[in-house]
Amino acid sequence: MTMTDLRERPRLDGGDQPPAAPRGKRRRRSDHPLWFLAPALVVVFVFFFLPTLSNFFYALTDWSSFKSEISFVGTDNLTALFDNGTLLDALRVTVVYAVLVAVFQNLFGLVLALLLERDNRLNRVCRVLFFIPVIMSALAVGYVFQALLKPDGGLNQALGFLSGTEVQIAWLGNTTWTIVVVALIHAWKWMGLSMLIYLAGLKTINEDVLEAARLDGATWWDTFRRIRFPLLAPAVTFNFATALLGSMNGFDVVQATTEGGPGGTTELLNIFIFRTFGQGLFAQATTMSLVLFVTVTLMAVPVIWYLRKREDVL
Amino acid sequence: MTIAAAPVPADLRAPTRQPASRRRRGRGALQPVVAVLATLALLGVPFWLVVSTASKSQAEAFDPDLSPPGSWQLLTNVREVVTDGDMVRAFFGSVLVVAPSVFLVLVLGSMASWVLARRGGRGMAVVYALMISGIVLPPAVVTIVLLLRQLGLAGTPTGMVGVYTGMYLSTVVFFVTGFIRTVPHELEEAARVDGAGPVRVFFTVILPLLTPVLSTATILIVLYIWNDVFYALFVLGGQLDTLPLNLFRVASAGLYLQNWHLIFAYVIVMSLPLLLTFVIAQRKIISGITGGAVK
Repeated sequence: MTMTDLRERPRLDGGDQPPAAPRGKRRRRSDHPLWFLAPALVVVFVFFFLPTLSNFFYALTDWSSFKSEISFVGTDNLTALFDNGTLLDALRVTVVYAVLVAVFQNLFGLVLALLLERDNRLNRVCRVLFFIPVIMSALAVGYVFQALLKPDGGLNQALGFLSGTEVQIAWLGNTTWTIVVVALIHAWKWMGLSMLIYLAGLKTINEDVLEAARLDGATWWDTFRRIRFPLLAPAVTFNFATALLGSMNGFDVVQATTEGGPGGTTELLNIFIFRTFGQGLFAQATTMSLVLFVTVTLMAVPVIWYLRKREDVL
Repeated sequence: MTIAAAPVPADLRAPTRQPASRRRRGRGALQPVVAVLATLALLGVPFWLVVSTASKSQAEAFDPDLSPPGSWQLLTNVREVVTDGDMVRAFFGSVLVVAPSVFLVLVLGSMASWVLARRGGRGMAVVYALMISGIVLPPAVVTIVLLLRQLGLAGTPTGMVGVYTGMYLSTVVFFVTGFIRTVPHELEEAARVDGAGPVRVFFTVILPLLTPVLSTATILIVLYIWNDVFYALFVLGGQLDTLPLNLFRVASAGLYLQNWHLIFAYVIVMSLPLLLTFVIAQRKIISGITGGAVK
């Protein structure tokens, strides 16, 4: 369960065990019978891998709710979505959203962890409070911020109070910046989890090393930049990879705040899939679902590889 | 910050370092102020919006803002969403999919993890990689619906439980396999010498040891499934109500449009089960998650 386990492959026949005679080995294998693995494998195969595999097939058909027959159309869906620009738009929006969420969530989580690092009653209470958004439904969080960010809503009211002039910013109605706002909301919902993981990472750092650095005259910033942040690498890997790849699959927050608007500028792949599925355009929805799957797969490999390599250098 | 936590005796410090230490002490005094201000700004404002709006009358809540309600009627609004908003049925719908999913994920996941952690070989490595790939790979939601229709499970709790189990087994296998690798073989051997078969070894020796890691996994999975609306929208399609689905329906339907007092009353009631669990068990939950994720 530690991050290092991501790296570990299952050991090749337990190192503690002598190169046993065939009989002994057979006995050992029956101690951990394969049928224990079977139920989980069946469920994962039927409900996860089978749909994923058939996704590759149905993306090449004209499956829809308007026809009773399904016929093979090759890459027509893909080229149609590519030619009218929908594919690249939705893909761009999704990747921008995921990168923004990963950056914001980690930045907020790390700053909160550093702020609430010392173990005292106030900080413990604050940590618990910052975990409340994590346990709330993302849909509910979306509705809260939809109300808060209305042009005559709470945030503009508060800003107007602080600045002394009337503020009427349409936070959720800007074709350029609303994607940043919804990413901030997503990051707000999950920053408590990142904070906890960074706190756990900070706790594992040897106090003696920091003390030695301090005796050498290192400032707080020096010790953070040169010692503590590099040693947080496993936590960064975990937080960044889960935030980035998890928000590629985002839906709730955006659906509850903008529903993909204004003008489709926040239409994530999942929002598109949900909308076209509701319209009965199953082939388009399936094609986009395939695009999402392939994109996340292509991103996951280099992202996880890079972040782990970053750990090794240290 | 903790930098100041282990003070160095003053006589060990060279005079030139005095300013740095004073700066540190200054930061120490500032920290509680910054912490409180950050909490108020980042959490106080949204939470106040929810509670105050949920306590307003319909007219007052029409344009939700940060003003306090003229008269507090939170309980009236809560009663209205619970009775008119069909919350009781939605609550049992949620329980009906969450409880079996969590149970299956934990039991099947632990059984599989035991074998994956203890057996070696390239084959097991491939199976392990496939089993945990679901942590990052998105499920093919549209073809899941198609498959469930073919199996006659579309719109049923059984189908939903299957989908959630297939999705979150990856998380359990990832956490539990890592944990079992740290459990010494000798514990199993002792039971085996006493004549216990694999079933008894697993259920009497291994499973009880997994309590900490399974509670962490339970928290995360309950969080995901209890709050899920995306997969439920596709799979259940209005045939079974869960709390988030119901919230989605009432918030997008004309009935509740602009009825922010009811939406926020709903949000409060819906969050209560997890919130109460969290408040009661927060120490355990926090140490479980932090102990689990990064060492």
